[in-house]
Amino acid sequence: MDVIGQPVLQLHQISVRYGDRRILEDIDVDVFPGEFIGLIGPNGAGKTTLLRVILGMLAPSTGQVTLAGKPTRHGSQQIGYVPQKIHLEPDTPLRGRDLVGLGIDGHRWGMPLPNRSRRQKIDEALCAVNATRFADAPVGRLSGGEQQRLLIAQALLSDPKVMLLDEPLSNLDIRSAYEVVHLVSEVAKSRGIAVMMVAHDMNPLLPVMDKVVYIANGKAVTGRVEDVIRSEVLSTLYGYEVEVLRVRNRIIVVGGEGGEYGLLEPSDRSRCAGEEVAAP
Amino acid sequence: MSGTWHFILAPGFFANHEVVNALWVSTAIAIVSGLVGVFVIVRGQSFAGHALTDLGATGASGAVMLGANVWYGFLSFGLLAGAGMEGLGSRIRNRDVATGLVLSFAMGLGALFLYIDTQQANATVSMLVLFGSVFVFNPALTPLVIAVGMAALVLLAILYRPLLLSSVSPTLAEARGVPVRWVSMLFMFVMAAAVEDGALVLGALLSTALLIGPAATAVRLTARPGRALVWSAAVAVIATWAGIVCSYDSYYWPPYGRGWPVSFFIAVFVLLFYLAARFVPERSRAVERPSLQQEVKVP
Repeated sequence: MDVIGQPVLQLHQISVRYGDRRILEDIDVDVFPGEFIGLIGPNGAGKTTLLRVILGMLAPSTGQVTLAGKPTRHGSQQIGYVPQKIHLEPDTPLRGRDLVGLGIDGHRWGMPLPNRSRRQKIDEALCAVNATRFADAPVGRLSGGEQQRLLIAQALLSDPKVMLLDEPLSNLDIRSAYEVVHLVSEVAKSRGIAVMMVAHDMNPLLPVMDKVVYIANGKAVTGRVEDVIRSEVLSTLYGYEVEVLRVRNRIIVVGGEGGEYGLLEPSDRSRCAGEEVAAP
Repeated sequence: MSGTWHFILAPGFFANHEVVNALWVSTAIAIVSGLVGVFVIVRGQSFAGHALTDLGATGASGAVMLGANVWYGFLSFGLLAGAGMEGLGSRIRNRDVATGLVLSFAMGLGALFLYIDTQQANATVSMLVLFGSVFVFNPALTPLVIAVGMAALVLLAILYRPLLLSSVSPTLAEARGVPVRWVSMLFMFVMAAAVEDGALVLGALLSTALLIGPAATAVRLTARPGRALVWSAAVAVIATWAGIVCSYDSYYWPPYGRGWPVSFFIAVFVLLFYLAARFVPERSRAVERPSLQQEVKVP
């Protein structure tokens, strides 16, 4: 998509270190309004750490995050957040609309007072994510995909400029994963919200992703998918040979998974890589 | 007419000062337990509730040893235990062995205190701590016990939304700026106040029955948080009243002139309510849910 104007979110030279351990090093990303960005990388690469920095839950060792030109603040209403998953017992007395309502005022003290504008906002958000059908069902009895829709609706309610989603696809079957990606992209584009979606597997994001931020080894490469997801670029990033394969519209990064595979003996490596190809 | 009335309510029920005091205190306690219990269920913390009363019992028997009212022991140990469990947090949460050891040590200490109590005073003290009896409750403490219960409810009302949000997802709550650890610590105090007050009526062993039972019944009946609170409080109050009435009446049941314990009757009524709720068809909960339309093509 065409990018207009100033970046809404800017990560400038973000580094996170715990003692001698470098989790993230010099991450620079510009996010423009309405852009869909995939934050991709193997487990433990620091994707969630980066989200925590953006949310203001973790102060970076160096660097700065700015939102619309100003430093971000913990608990900012301008960033919508969708957590990975929720654990609720089936009997938990909480309906879909109650969960979505927490997106308006869940951080405030006291009990919610029912009023018409609150209800309208909730209904509108439910409708936007196509969740009206199960709005009155107990959240604990909904499927993972349905719960994700409610969490997305919840994130929309504070009228955010940026929406961060932490591995929203990790517990979903392939079809629900594509649905959620499609939904997020539609809703965000229609409202000019920039999206940053963390994913382990980039394939469901390919149809909508404007830009990819690939994190490995604490470093990141940012750019269009065709510029970043290439064998030579990722090999430089990982520091050892990885291979990008394109098979039937899917991308598979062979040897890039979990980093440590690269250190194994060749015979072991082929076994691990073989397992990986089986992943969607 | 008066015959039927007497059959339900043995003579002298409302004229008896202990009984009227018992009704007041236990109604307040039932409401607190019922309301707090819903959040205990939402947060999946019923085991913590149990641990709180176990440790409270040690405090209560220690209080008797020192010549104080059991309630002071229940409350002080309950609050301390709550702070301790929450303070250690994740360090003990998944440590079955450590939790078991600490609990059994505390119970062992309680056993020693109870033994000393029965040597010093009389044998009914241990019954009082473990199984409670609201009839022998010191009326002078009534305002204090009720005040602690009300304080717990006020705190619960203040915590309401952040507590729900952090029960659904601690990460989401933290991202929204909720001080998640403080919220769960304060809820631990709310829960301690509820179960330790409840221990006066039901004793340490059965106090969680009033905390969990009515709430478990309520969540079978409705999926709305507000209604679940109302149902839970109502079930707790009715079970408590029915328990007190039966206990009073049982004075005329065999073995004549002794009376059966209140805690037994309340536990029975709570169980009956829960079983009845299980047979209620899931009318309000069942949702028609046609499968999602597939508007997205998977490449």
